[in-house]
Amino acid sequence: MARGSAVDGRRTRFAERWARAVTDETYVPMSSDELVRYLAGLADRIVALHAPGEFPAEEARQIGAALVHANITGPIGLGRTLALLADDPLTARAGTAKRRLEVQSALADGFAAALRDRTLAEQESIRLALVDARRQAEKALSASQARFQAVFAEAAIGMAVLDAQRRVVDANQALADMLGHAPTDLTGHDLGEYAHPEDADAVRSAVDGLLSGGSAPVQVERRFADADGALVWGRVTLSAIETPAGQPYAVAMIEDITERRLLELRLEYQAWHDPLTGLANRELFFARLGELLSTPDPDARVGLCYLDLDGFKVINDSFGHEIGDGVLVAVAQRLDLAVRRSGGLVARMGGDEFVILLDKPTAPDMDLTWCAEQALTALRPAVRVGGRELTVSASIGIVDRPIAGLTTADLMQAADTTLYWAKSDGRGRWAVFDPDRHAREVARYTLAATMPAAVEHGEFVVEYQPLVSLESDRLWGVEALVRWRHPQLGLLPPDQFINLAEETGAIVPLGRWVLQSACAQAQAWQAIAGPDFRVSVNLAVRQAHEQDLTEEVAAVLRDTGLPADRLVLELTESAIMGPAAEPLRALHTLAEMGVRLAIDDFGTGYSNLAYLRELPVHALKIAGSFVSGTPTARRTSTDPVDERIVATLVELAHALDLTVIAEGVETDEQAARLRAIGCDVGQGWHFARPSGPAAITARLAAEHHR
Amino acid sequence: MVAERGEHGIDFDEPCVARVYDYLLGGSHNFAVDRAAAERFSARVPDLAAGVRANRSFLRRAVRYLTGLGVRQFLDLGSGLPTAGNVHEAAPGARVVYVDHEPVAAAHGRTMLADVPRARMLAADLRDVDGVLGSPEVRDLLDLSEPVGLVMVGVFHNIGPDEDAPGLVRKYREALAPGSHLVVSAATRDSGDGFDWAERQTLLVDFHTFRRAEVAELFDGFELVDPGIVHLTRWRPDMAQPSDELVAKLPTVAGVGRL
Repeated sequence: MARGSAVDGRRTRFAERWARAVTDETYVPMSSDELVRYLAGLADRIVALHAPGEFPAEEARQIGAALVHANITGPIGLGRTLALLADDPLTARAGTAKRRLEVQSALADGFAAALRDRTLAEQESIRLALVDARRQAEKALSASQARFQAVFAEAAIGMAVLDAQRRVVDANQALADMLGHAPTDLTGHDLGEYAHPEDADAVRSAVDGLLSGGSAPVQVERRFADADGALVWGRVTLSAIETPAGQPYAVAMIEDITERRLLELRLEYQAWHDPLTGLANRELFFARLGELLSTPDPDARVGLCYLDLDGFKVINDSFGHEIGDGVLVAVAQRLDLAVRRSGGLVARMGGDEFVILLDKPTAPDMDLTWCAEQALTALRPAVRVGGRELTVSASIGIVDRPIAGLTTADLMQAADTTLYWAKSDGRGRWAVFDPDRHAREVARYTLAATMPAAVEHGEFVVEYQPLVSLESDRLWGVEALVRWRHPQLGLLPPDQFINLAEETGAIVPLGRWVLQSACAQAQAWQAIAGPDFRVSVNLAVRQAHEQDLTEEVAAVLRDTGLPADRLVLELTESAIMGPAAEPLRALHTLAEMGVRLAIDDFGTGYSNLAYLRELPVHALKIAGSFVSGTPTARRTSTDPVDERIVATLVELAHALDLTVIAEGVETDEQAARLRAIGCDVGQGWHFARPSGPAAITARLAAEHHR
Repeated sequence: MVAERGEHGIDFDEPCVARVYDYLLGGSHNFAVDRAAAERFSARVPDLAAGVRANRSFLRRAVRYLTGLGVRQFLDLGSGLPTAGNVHEAAPGARVVYVDHEPVAAAHGRTMLADVPRARMLAADLRDVDGVLGSPEVRDLLDLSEPVGLVMVGVFHNIGPDEDAPGLVRKYREALAPGSHLVVSAATRDSGDGFDWAERQTLLVDFHTFRRAEVAELFDGFELVDPGIVHLTRWRPDMAQPSDELVAKLPTVAGVGRL
């Protein structure tokens, strides 16, 4: 046993030396103890190799291979192992020298063979792994390529891959269908060849721009032409790709948007055209007008004929809208045809209104009036619609204005006004816009519009004109006359605003105010005036027809305290007669209240002598035109006919027990003649001009003291 | 696409980290291009091979330690080529899933493990935690209700500073049963005096190093087993004490934690 343990000790030391010698070169997947045990087992087998007898070469080679199996594979590992065998007491002198050499050689052979086998096996294994990995990657790649190919081929959207010269490298079926070619026919052709001639350059430059640096995708909408030359609208999305080798390609996706484009065109047409007549509609007219008005040329003019059918409503009402529409269509066609040569735009503004817009006539004589004449002439022949022959006519307002400072609203207002003039002048004619007339109408309109506020603001004043007794030369009364102290226009006489006030109805509040003022003033004069002194106030037609006329007059008299018989209301013959040509009932009520009534401007209207008997009238005012003999200044001498009319009137009035007042007495001679005829009262510049109440007060005071 | 393929070493003319590693361990699962790359690295970092062997040795010791505790299944994340001294060799009879995203490593793993019934190779990126844990390989072979050895040896240098390495570990931890263990080795910036990591970083692309405190953070939720986080060669060594010289030249720490 002692010898055995000595051998064991030598064996262990050998294994430990061996383990240290081989572990700093390759990784040995064992702990130190395991490795020492492993190598100790090999050491035992090495010792056994040295026993006398036939050399077991195979066993020696397997020991060499066992090193490789423990991953002791480095060249240093083998060298150190052989050195250890030669050096260590366990093996250095074991067996014969020849045997030791045989052991070393066979062990090295086994190591080398095992290492070679293992190396080849591992090389093979890793190569197979690489091939496997590549195959997997290629499979993945080809799967992704196949997917892409399927997407490319089956896509509903047209697709093409283009090279740097824009040539089609590959195109799908959808693109081929869109362009009417087989996919392979497209190959090799410049994409620009398939574009519409006007868009070819744009398509080419889009592709070139993309490939020459701009890598961001580009989207354009361009026209293409298919094999038959039919137009195809395409929305083209271009993106750049690069092959691994660095070659640039463009991928073009082309979506057929022809349908959408056509719809857009149709919608655009509909947006700008009248569906009934096919003429331009008002939107297009205003758009064109807007363009013309924004012309920078300072001398440019714009002109239009604004046309409205005369009495079209009757056609619609009598024959129905279908016939009415038929007439409009026929009129539209005739107008379009009639003025087409002038280059004007004919538009339907709505209803039965049409407009011809003309900025630059194609020929000098084809101006707006030519257009208007052409239009009227074209409408002259009867229109045959629905088996009926209908006659239509139109009125036309012509406006021709410099565009400088002109707005659309100005122009349209002028057109409207002019059309109104044409209509007022009678149907079937044209009128030309007159800026001065328009300005006057506008001024009148402005005046009328501001009148109600002017009444409230106290811009009106009442003046009084004496009515003088021709017999005594004393004041018989005064006539209240209203004036407008206009803040901009100055003092306006009644003839500049009374008719206007009648038209607009402003006369009612104004008249009420005048009545109130005059009655208040007359009441103030009561103290110094004679018992027969009266104030005359004009009653306009509108006022006379007011429902509450009598209540209003009564209220004024009550408020002012003026006795009713001191108030004379002057009415014209037209104011006296009611709507049914009957004298107004209210006049009787007023007369019963004691108010006196005078007929103004007697003899100038339709003087119905019959009603004079029935009416509670107290006085007649003879118009100044009879007094002066003639309204013209040409004749200075007295007209014997007028004089006999006046004399007859006086006689008539006196027969009815009416006072006669002569207006417009301007000369001493006139006054004397009237006195001679027997006229009772005179009024006019010969006696006094209208004045403020102070002058009347002074005169009354003077007479009072006389 | 060519560049992408090259990264994974599918072509003969592109080196692959897993094969370089194999060469440094003394294997022949590599090509001339890999060996040339390994020699180039070794010329600059003479102890590179020793470091690689030390890492593989730590792996063996840690796996042996866990099998001693009764752990019978392992998930080896970033395994490389499962060649000499890998987990299934160190733990005979245990169930092992290797995970690597290199196609060649994965393909080779599949081939090598074809005859090993209890080991599988999963081609996946370990950062895809759900993808790894939900894979058929993991679900078929591992029983996550039983303790698992989660091996993350020499992988953290591939995980960038903005990729939240502790968060990644936590996601795996949350899927594991108590009694599971985390095995980590990681290159550090502060364990080796005078080691020029900057130079190494020029050799290995995106080589991220950790401070020792950052390595400790990886073990959040785990209880470190003795001797804690120590130099790679000093974690439960099974051979003579490594020389101080080697310790200084290998700025790498290791540790094992228990869940």
